[in-house]
Amino acid sequence: MAFLSIENLSMRFDLPKGGHVQALQDVSLDIGKGELLSVLGPSGCGKSTLLNILAGFLAQTSGQVTLNGKPVNGPGPERGMVFQKGALFEWMTVRRNVEFGPRMKGVPETERNTVVENLLDTVGLHSFKDKAVYELSGGMQQRVALARCLANDPDVILMDEPLGALDALTREKMQGLVLNLWKKTGKTIILITHSVDEALLLGERLLVMAPRPGRIHREYRLPFAERAAGADLRSVKDDPAFGQTKAEILEMIWEMEEQIMSGAEA
Amino acid sequence: MTGLFILIVYFALFFGAAAAVALIRRSMVSITDFRSLKTVTFGDESAVMPDRFASIISVVVVFLVWGAFTGSKLVPFHVPGPFLGTTAFVYEVEAPDGSQGSATVNIVVHEMGADIEEPAPGTSEGFAQGDSASVAAWRSVLISAQRNDGEGAKIVAVEGKPISPGGTVDVPDGSVTMTSKGSLNFTPDKGLQMEAIWMPPPEAVVARLIEISRNGYQNVGLLEHVGWSLWRVLAGFVLGSLIGIPLGYAMGLSGWARGWFDPIVEFMRPVPPLALIPLVIIWFGIGEQGKIVLLFLAALWVMIIAARAGVSGVNITKVHAAYSLGASKWQMLRHVIVPNSLPEIFTGARVAMGVCWGTVVAAELVAAEKGAGKMIVAASKFQSTDIVIMGIVIIGLIGFGIDILMRKAEEWLVPWKGKS
Repeated sequence: MAFLSIENLSMRFDLPKGGHVQALQDVSLDIGKGELLSVLGPSGCGKSTLLNILAGFLAQTSGQVTLNGKPVNGPGPERGMVFQKGALFEWMTVRRNVEFGPRMKGVPETERNTVVENLLDTVGLHSFKDKAVYELSGGMQQRVALARCLANDPDVILMDEPLGALDALTREKMQGLVLNLWKKTGKTIILITHSVDEALLLGERLLVMAPRPGRIHREYRLPFAERAAGADLRSVKDDPAFGQTKAEILEMIWEMEEQIMSGAEA
Repeated sequence: MTGLFILIVYFALFFGAAAAVALIRRSMVSITDFRSLKTVTFGDESAVMPDRFASIISVVVVFLVWGAFTGSKLVPFHVPGPFLGTTAFVYEVEAPDGSQGSATVNIVVHEMGADIEEPAPGTSEGFAQGDSASVAAWRSVLISAQRNDGEGAKIVAVEGKPISPGGTVDVPDGSVTMTSKGSLNFTPDKGLQMEAIWMPPPEAVVARLIEISRNGYQNVGLLEHVGWSLWRVLAGFVLGSLIGIPLGYAMGLSGWARGWFDPIVEFMRPVPPLALIPLVIIWFGIGEQGKIVLLFLAALWVMIIAARAGVSGVNITKVHAAYSLGASKWQMLRHVIVPNSLPEIFTGARVAMGVCWGTVVAAELVAAEKGAGKMIVAASKFQSTDIVIMGIVIIGLIGFGIDILMRKAEEWLVPWKGKS
């Protein structure tokens, strides 16, 4: 049995004005422990729906998701989530945000403190631990979000465009951080992104999804994440193979969008 | 007419002071901060900051206008006051046989309450006899000048101008109107100043404030009057919050609760609390209980809606994040929903306090033994305008003070407001 298995997952919901949307159709996927999976696709391909079902925020209409053999049917601390933005608690300091998960579990304070100190060191925010989160920049806030997720020691980390709201330079730095965290902690990470570069860099395995109905279109096994961890991200991007794959995927997504456009016209 | 004059003076001061301050500023060293370097200011709301000079001058102008129109001793200049002193007018009278005579009426116009002697009767020609009268400023006096001029004598002209019943003739320092019975009604010139029973000068209000804060009004101290009002507001507001906030949370968290209470809340919200006073008096009487129930109702709907809006305003990603971090429903409420709704609840509390303060004064106007509103309505029945104005100023200052306190509390307790 796979670590995280998705079997024949379908999601179909009715629209208030009649008709329905097939957000996912018969998606099956096995994800191994410690895998770094990135998911890419044009808007409407169901990648966010997939992530929300994995997180337990949405119930699928058919199929099954099991983590460690247990079916997923609701949110839980074993599946941590990093959102694009707005998920931090403004009324808490950086430290209180990071220790939120352990505190809810009732972990004693001294133990929590060690966890918080270590994680803030890892994400490079040690001197900011008593600051209010709204005083931090967007990149720093995402570092807090990563640390908060890791503090709970989840089995899987789900990332919903975690770097989407950042500027290009900060984004590159954060990509390096995510790779390092993955290498260091060995966590299973599923990352959704709109950026082809990011999907190539932050995916040992890359899924390209297609819309209407949402399904897996193509799967890649990529060497770049392994190579980029702890190394210079730009040297990896300069690799001709990186460029080739990128061009191929862009072409693929371009075609899908063309089809959507012509379908809408018809 | 006087109102228009005041308006013109007021706007003249508005523009005049602006020009004067601009002129003084031009001669001073200018500050080059970021805002002053903006070239687009008209239309850029962020470039418009209240000019504190204008605020100070505005308050000074209010007092100057107030003083100038009430003859205050604190203000060096005044608009023309009422005529005071002696004056006279001549009337012509016609006897039934057609013969004519004329006489002078001597009049003393004195300050209200002054002890004066009646002036000597004026000179006369022919059969007419001179008359005399005295009148207080702003009042008028009925002069039956024809009475002592023989049976059937009729006044035909005043100051050389013909007059008939209902007609008015201008005379020096006043005007004369003929009544339907042929007597003369003399009204001295009023000037532009206002009489103390309409609008007392500032120093009279201050004197009243000192007197009442020492001796109280109607055997109740000033602090006690104000204290009762504040206590009612506080009691009503606390009760309203204690019931309203949990109800609002329930409406924000459960569809059944929202559906159940929605019609009640949406119906009651637009009903002004003042409209409930009659019903509250019928049910609870005019005692403390009734007023606190009224203020409870005034605060309740505001607080329900604030708490409901606070829950609705929780960003769904925060809720998802908290569940993904293992929070239970109770922990979600305590650590996410309550703190996230606090800014909204504070805004609601500010509104509720304002509504309650307005309602308590109004409720006291209707029925109360003690309280700020009771004080001014009792004073108005005795035409003690100075106490009424003093009460209004105190009520305004307290309302303003409450709002400032709430704002400070908000800054201190919910520093994250507007920061998400």
